[in-house]
Amino acid sequence: MDFSLAEERRLLQDTVKRFLANEYKFEKRRGIVASADGYSREIWKQLAELGLLGLTLRDEDGGMGGDAFDTAIVMEAFGRALVVEPYVATVVLGAGVISDAGNAAQREAWLGPVAAGEKLLAFAHAEPAARYAPSFVETKAKRDGAGWKLDGFKSVVLNAANADAIVVSARTAGNAGDRDGISLFLVDRNAPGVSMRAYATQDGGRAADVKLAGVPAGDDRRIGDAGAAIGTIERALDRANAALCSEALGVIDALNEATLEYLKTRKQFGQPIGRFQALQHRMADMTIKAVEARSMAVVAAAAMSETDATERARRVSAAKAFIGQAARFVGQQAVQLHGAIGVTDELIVSHWFKRLTMINATFGDADYHLGRFSDLMLAAK
Amino acid sequence: MNLDYSPDELAFREEVRAFLAASLPRDLAAKVHEGKRLTRDDFVKWHRILAGKGWVAPGWPKEYGGPGWSAVQQHIFDEECSAAGAPIVLPFGVRMVAPVIQRFGSEEQKRHFLPKILSGEHWWCQGYSEPGSGSDLASLKTRAERQGDHYVVNGQKTWNTLGQWADWIFCLVRTASEGRPQEGISFLLIDMKTPGVTVRPIRMLDGEAEINEIWFEDVLVPVANRVGDENKGWTYAKFLLGHERTGIAGVGRSKRELKKLKDIARRERSGGRPLIEDARFRDRIAQVEIELMALEVTNLRVLAEEDARRAPGPEASILKVRGSEIQQSLSELMMQAVGSYGLPYVPEELDAGWSGESAGPEYAAPLSGLYFNMRKTSIYSGSNEIQKNIISQMILGL
Repeated sequence: MDFSLAEERRLLQDTVKRFLANEYKFEKRRGIVASADGYSREIWKQLAELGLLGLTLRDEDGGMGGDAFDTAIVMEAFGRALVVEPYVATVVLGAGVISDAGNAAQREAWLGPVAAGEKLLAFAHAEPAARYAPSFVETKAKRDGAGWKLDGFKSVVLNAANADAIVVSARTAGNAGDRDGISLFLVDRNAPGVSMRAYATQDGGRAADVKLAGVPAGDDRRIGDAGAAIGTIERALDRANAALCSEALGVIDALNEATLEYLKTRKQFGQPIGRFQALQHRMADMTIKAVEARSMAVVAAAAMSETDATERARRVSAAKAFIGQAARFVGQQAVQLHGAIGVTDELIVSHWFKRLTMINATFGDADYHLGRFSDLMLAAK
Repeated sequence: MNLDYSPDELAFREEVRAFLAASLPRDLAAKVHEGKRLTRDDFVKWHRILAGKGWVAPGWPKEYGGPGWSAVQQHIFDEECSAAGAPIVLPFGVRMVAPVIQRFGSEEQKRHFLPKILSGEHWWCQGYSEPGSGSDLASLKTRAERQGDHYVVNGQKTWNTLGQWADWIFCLVRTASEGRPQEGISFLLIDMKTPGVTVRPIRMLDGEAEINEIWFEDVLVPVANRVGDENKGWTYAKFLLGHERTGIAGVGRSKRELKKLKDIARRERSGGRPLIEDARFRDRIAQVEIELMALEVTNLRVLAEEDARRAPGPEASILKVRGSEIQQSLSELMMQAVGSYGLPYVPEELDAGWSGESAGPEYAAPLSGLYFNMRKTSIYSGSNEIQKNIISQMILGL
């Protein structure tokens, strides 16, 4: 057992933190969030130069061969800095799927350019009637000559409008809810039949509802075997959730630090409000949650090297459920302890709170993951 | 970053398992698994078996007879003992008074007491709380007045665990009343057979009597039985509280109880179906299982730091708070799992070998009592509210 950071990881952590502290100040972020694209090409390019975009890709694909613990370090730092650039959509999900299941040509066409910061990706999987259930895919892909034609609707696709290509799940056999019969396709953002209702998200990000109406996709655009994509999809979602756990951890720690500082400096009734036991105990509860959340982020990252998919799912869901609950508690209490200034847009506290809230709603909230974990208990002896 | 045990740690676990399979008496393990009452002899028997193996005091330095284990090894040992259904080694001797004697005691005290703690010859109990001094322990009033080579002790201690079976008690007593309350306290070792010591069991809410009041009337205690300096007892008491973080979370025990909870939920029926198929109930098990995962990994992180000898943070208090809350959740869910069979109160069913007709399923008998009993966990060893004071004031600096 070893909970220490290896030397290379410590270096990575220092690099990311220093970069964000210098280049991603809160006021600069405001400008990025308000821009038309909703992310900064300049920052994205710098992330590529730092090696962060290819961090977890294989060496032969132009990456650095890192694992979920490397992603965890990056995401924790991104959480604190409230990075809105589409790292999860492009690197963790899009490139992750292609890296896991793509053929040599697909990996060559997409992974190097992602690592270089030249291409953005999105992962269009969830549908309105599915909520968070991964096998409930109604979008259809029908044979069309040598290729396919896609019809359907995908909800709240992160980074869809800015993406160069979108990884789309579609049913090539069976019915919504069947685990078999789901396939994955790489669809160009500007392919005929793709339309979008794009919008900003509560936390300053970008997403879109994506409509697919007779979208053509060549068979060379199919990722992995036809009808057998559910394993890849679940792995991708677990990986994204593990990354979100670490991002949430970064936000939780930042909120706790800010709140502790506020309790020590804000004076009422002639003394720092941190002298009041009601607030002291709340702060203690927030601290406990943060310490435990860190443990669960480790559980999530470690789960990604688990070879048994059920055990991986169980652990990632345990972590996302726990951290979802912890994020809700810490976020709400941080705002509460800041009082009225906590509910302003001016202070970064409300932005951290909104990000935590949205992380919980992304790829399954605490209740969903508690249920997933709970249902796996039935299957176990 | 690696959550798995090393090959050496896995080998150690196998060694512990093999020892438990060979040496833990089956009747004792059955009592623990079934929640039966344990007798003094049960505790002593297991203590002596461990002592024979040299494993009764995992946290002790080697020079005093400890096995020289790392914190992680101690955790593995605790977890395996819990899973196997071993009775606990009561903490009062091995984990509480012994480290204080080792650190602050005289050579004579070390020579006399430590071997007898190891062997199980002396059963120790703790004399801290008083009727007027609970969380505010430093306000304690039990007096020890110096008369020649003796102290004369007068006063009353309470909430004393299993003192009815004890040979010795370690007490905080007042030897001075000037200055801050903390500055006039001394740490005395008192033979329970000394004239003037009276023990009265207190019947607790579960109907059991594991807790006592103890009166001291003109009890003569040799000055040689004072640990360390006069009026420095508070320092030693604080050392004791902060000394051992291993085991404070009760992870091993809670993992065993979680397994039992799932077993019960599989056997119980609701509307004719196994209770565990009821998502509403199963989700509550899932919730506490997830919380226990967080506690376990937190505990392991703390242990890893202990082995790396980094300075302790708020972890001991966090482990105490969360460990006790999880123990309480588990006992509550077990009681809830048996539904209306939480109602019958048949204390004789808790005696090993009782052969009457059980009220409801046999496993139901101890569960409500256990739930009531476990309310103590958030009160003892510094209530959870005191722990939050420690976190916010000592650690966070509020």
